[in-house]
Amino acid sequence: MSGWQLFVEILSWVLISAGSFFVLVGAIGVYRFPDFWTRLHAASVSESAGVILMLSGMIIQAGWGLIAVKLLIIGVFLFITGPTSTHAVANAALVSGLRPKNYDDDTSDDPDPA
Amino acid sequence: MFSLAAIAVFAAMFLVLARLIKGPTLYDRVLAVNAFGTKTVLFIGVVGFLAGRPDFLDIALLYALINFVGTIAVLKFFRYRAIGDVMWTPQKKENNK
Repeated sequence: MSGWQLFVEILSWVLISAGSFFVLVGAIGVYRFPDFWTRLHAASVSESAGVILMLSGMIIQAGWGLIAVKLLIIGVFLFITGPTSTHAVANAALVSGLRPKNYDDDTSDDPDPA
Repeated sequence: MFSLAAIAVFAAMFLVLARLIKGPTLYDRVLAVNAFGTKTVLFIGVVGFLAGRPDFLDIALLYALINFVGTIAVLKFFRYRAIGDVMWTPQKKENNK
């Protein structure tokens, strides 16, 4: 195995294990966080960092070719729809009246009322 | 290496499933289903690499597409009580938790 292949192997190994670490951390966050709004943060951790790191690790592992192009297409698509679907869920929850835990509506002590 | 990633993503799917079952509000469940779909895309990609089947990536891409559409459809249904003819339905006062 030439030096270059070794470098590719190690780099893809590091990227994929980092990506799976973020996916796991995001899932633990989705499970443990107390409130819907905090779980949104946790879900987007695994959706952004986990997806990008793992897909780039797989792209490097696959090298030049159709597989890398397909992985890139998946990455671009998830990059677009990830935030969009998270926004849709958050907007639907906000419209339906779901508010964060200690959220108070009174703005009487607002230093500079708009 | 890929087996490590497959195990990690698989464990993450179980955690998200637990949130899907436990999730008090509807939107926790929609969030869990969406997260589960994204992890399935990754899992199919990793298994495709493990089994040496590059054509799994088409399935992963299709799953990512359908997962997004499904999330939006569920949200639209619970927002307007209808998916198709939205303009007709009477506007319900939004007060469900």
